Amino acid sequence: MVALLLACAFFAAQSDRFLTGQNFSLILQQVIVVGVIAIGQTLVVLTAGIDLSCGMVMALGSIVMSKAAVDHGLGPGTAIACGMVATMAFGFLNGALITFVRLPPFIVTLGTLNIAFAITQIYSESQTVSGLPDTMVALGDTFSVGSTSVTYGTVLMLALYVLAWFALRETAAGRHVYAAGNNAEAARLMGIPTGRLILAVYTLAGLAYGIAALLAVARTGVGDPQAGQTDNLDSITAVVLGGTSLFGGRGVILGSLVGALIVGVFRNGLTLMGVASVYQILITGILVILAVAADQLSRRRSLRS
Amino acid sequence: MTATAPPSTPVLQARGLVKRYGHVTALDGADLDLLPGEILAVIGDNGAGKSTLVKALSGALVPDAGEIRLDGRAVRFHSPADARRQGIETVYQDLAVAPAMTIAENLFLGRELRRAGVPGSLFRLLDKKRMAAEAASHLQSLQIGIASVRQPVESLSGGQRQGVAVARSAAFARHVVIMDEPTAALGVKESKMVLDLIRRVRDKGLPVLLVSHNMPHVFEVADRIHVARLGKRVAVVRPSEISMADAVAIMTGAMTVDTPAGDAEA
Repeated sequence: MVALLLACAFFAAQSDRFLTGQNFSLILQQVIVVGVIAIGQTLVVLTAGIDLSCGMVMALGSIVMSKAAVDHGLGPGTAIACGMVATMAFGFLNGALITFVRLPPFIVTLGTLNIAFAITQIYSESQTVSGLPDTMVALGDTFSVGSTSVTYGTVLMLALYVLAWFALRETAAGRHVYAAGNNAEAARLMGIPTGRLILAVYTLAGLAYGIAALLAVARTGVGDPQAGQTDNLDSITAVVLGGTSLFGGRGVILGSLVGALIVGVFRNGLTLMGVASVYQILITGILVILAVAADQLSRRRSLRS
Repeated sequence: MTATAPPSTPVLQARGLVKRYGHVTALDGADLDLLPGEILAVIGDNGAGKSTLVKALSGALVPDAGEIRLDGRAVRFHSPADARRQGIETVYQDLAVAPAMTIAENLFLGRELRRAGVPGSLFRLLDKKRMAAEAASHLQSLQIGIASVRQPVESLSGGQRQGVAVARSAAFARHVVIMDEPTAALGVKESKMVLDLIRRVRDKGLPVLLVSHNMPHVFEVADRIHVARLGKRVAVVRPSEISMADAVAIMTGAMTVDTPAGDAEA
């Protein structure tokens, strides 16, 4: 959070265009897809798992829902539902392989990453799907707050974060997610059905990727088979910058929103300063290492005292 | 084998428990009697079958043959959750706590209290206030001195963590608390604290089944000592009536005891 404010202050000093409502609205729109994927990724990481397939599953979802509407003539609601079912099925598959076959999440999702990518390319014939009905891209529409226009998708993302944060904090199932990630054996011995819990977490993550797919379709106006290729690492970056431990059981999901925004603010600010995009990637890499190092050091210090 | 006289009816009783792993017989017709209001220590050399026995009693494994009776009633446990539902709580050697979570959350892990009314039933929201208050009163009733139940377990010392695990078991156990090597990882001062805690659990009326390697601890705290050897019970002795050296001799088979003690005590 401090890092986010510092970054904002720095860029505000560098560029007078940075600190405008319009620019912030733009940053939010740029982080929206990764931001919603990061909700699912955070749930998975809290259980000490990882999901490499998220971006590809999101792309598959956006192709399924746009082809269902454009090629198969389904209504927008049904088409969106088809896309969500596809992403949740992949989430369920990830969870089932991890729970029942006891494979490591890294391996499982590395496999499903490739499977989802291949299915997306085969099904779409690597062609962009355009001509979507208006209702499917409605989340990209804007409304005005003062002189700033905000997309409905932004509001949806913020609402999802608050909902996920509240559920993780205030419900038994939410606390069980933390317990399963912190000490799976203890959770099992205390009678928590950890297998079912992991399955539910990966399936819910699939739902988040489906919503992200809808947001991606709404933002670009097309179903893009090439979308989401770096979203797995970008979402992990957001989760880690947000202070969630990759070892599981520690972290606050709102941090992932802050993490996604930090990356967004850096990209945007550096672009306004005229820094080439390869240097932006370089800086993002350094940022991740610094943020995690600072977090680890402060945690070690607080444990010693 | 009839249990008639009420004061000596065992709370927890095992008869002829058998557990085989391939060619290895871990339990070979093991018996056990835990009487009301006592601390029964189970000792035995490595491979004597004491941990298998405890696992069978806490539901962590299902014996191949034999019978377990709880308050005179035959029971079968298929999982630790099963045993817990019947009122048997176990404190595990490796503690079974989530270190990043608070003391209150750990006490109620898997048994969270929900809010009253619609927020609890429909939205399934937790009653954190009540859990914190009850956790504090459980710790207090066992005289475990901890500043706040809202601090994470990882901020506690080893002895205090064990205190949290014991308090959790004592809070939910209706019949029996089983403790598997509760002092194994602790220093001298912390061990003493946990031994005091074990006595307080007994004094609250809960019989304690204590598994330990540590002879001085066993002799300090146990009312009776169950000696396991080669998958059987070979003796039940009172620490006041036997020396530590003799107990070890029975344990290793260097000395034998004729009376299969431990059924109904006079």
